Amino acid sequence: MIYLDNAATSFPKPEETINAVLHFLTETGGNPGRGGHPLAIDAARVVFETRERLTKFINGKDSERLIFTQNGTESLNVAILGLLEAGDHVVTTGLEHNSVMRPLDFLMKTRNVKVSIAGCSSNGELNIESLKKSIKKKTKAVIVNHGSNVIGAVQSLKAVREAAGDKILIVDACQTIGNIPVDVQREDIDIVCFSCHKALFGIQGLGAIYMREGIDVLPLRFGGTGSNSEFTRQPDALPDKYESGTPNTPAIAALSGGLTFIEKTGADEIRKKKRTLTKRIVKGLRAITGVHIYGEPERDDQLPIILVNIEGCQPSDVGYECNRAGICVRVGLHCSPLAHKTIGTFPAGAIRISPGYFTGERETDRLIEVFSTFAER
Amino acid sequence: MQKDKAYYILFRTIHEVLKVEKLLKNHGLDTEVVPVPRNLSSDCGVCIKSKASVEELIPLLGDMVDIKCFVFDGMEYKPGKHGKTK
Repeated sequence: MIYLDNAATSFPKPEETINAVLHFLTETGGNPGRGGHPLAIDAARVVFETRERLTKFINGKDSERLIFTQNGTESLNVAILGLLEAGDHVVTTGLEHNSVMRPLDFLMKTRNVKVSIAGCSSNGELNIESLKKSIKKKTKAVIVNHGSNVIGAVQSLKAVREAAGDKILIVDACQTIGNIPVDVQREDIDIVCFSCHKALFGIQGLGAIYMREGIDVLPLRFGGTGSNSEFTRQPDALPDKYESGTPNTPAIAALSGGLTFIEKTGADEIRKKKRTLTKRIVKGLRAITGVHIYGEPERDDQLPIILVNIEGCQPSDVGYECNRAGICVRVGLHCSPLAHKTIGTFPAGAIRISPGYFTGERETDRLIEVFSTFAER
Repeated sequence: MQKDKAYYILFRTIHEVLKVEKLLKNHGLDTEVVPVPRNLSSDCGVCIKSKASVEELIPLLGDMVDIKCFVFDGMEYKPGKHGKTK
């Protein structure tokens, strides 16, 4: 099987990730912060150390402000539902995933929240002037997709921050974290949301949100935290305020393994390899008549994502044929109808090819062979 | 039951407990993470037990808030110096 859907989740996982989960499940196994026995404390140490390392990875100031969630979507829900109140105005972009658009749609209908959408080009470039014009005096927050899961375009957070001024900046970094450096201090990000199972090499079931000091949103979940148990009110102290219930500690251990892999291999080396693979695929695809490539995936500042369509073929048919050839690509709308409308590929969608660090060159060549046969039909 | 003299420091979260454990260990100070003694709090969590003196411990805690410090003299727990309160 040739796996080219790393934008959905990275696969395979490095040995470090697998060993970390195995070690947790066979040697640690306790429920972190629940009780004072050695295995509960060891589990809490896994969570603590991983939280510290992940905070350092994004250059956060204070690890207690790094909250673990179930996934990137939950992180965005915490930010959006926890921050926006009745009548608030928010600005977002034409490239957002439904993990942003659906909570906003809910708030438009239930809290009378007003949403403005800044325009983007069909190449996935955010129009900064449009963003600036959308921001009003009463705008509470600006929500920006850092890197598109559909077309791989990456936005300049410096330009976005300049345009957003003193508004709260929420960044969806699900696709960029691990692929592009995300530095919350340098980029002046108020809230960053991401998943941990893509380019961070963790496993599914873990996301994170980092909120800078001074940002206070309502939690989505209330309940047991292993702390302040004598009181029925939710604790104010972080990270407990936002982490009610047993966390996904095996996935947190996996993330720790993923971070070890990145440290050992080198983030630059990983990026370089993905860039080389992306360019190799794009070069091969450009040589096939009838293949249309969206955006500019060869550019070094883009994500390792290639969005294509084949003239005269439905994306779903291409997906089916890829399945038969043993190639995993993702076709359709990628949970991002708005982004596809912006790109011009709605409603049929397109075919997304996303190589990863473990993709082999021969595998990319096989993809090109298979696509050549589609185009010939 | 252990009856040796020690200082017990209670924090708001296990994150703070482990942060301080790491800090104190980095300073070469005696540190142990133990269940919170029932007569100090009904909380089911853990706290720091140390044989280092309060004078050595407290300055290292920086601006942490709501810290509760107790001295166990071998017989009973007495409130020690407290950290800042929010």
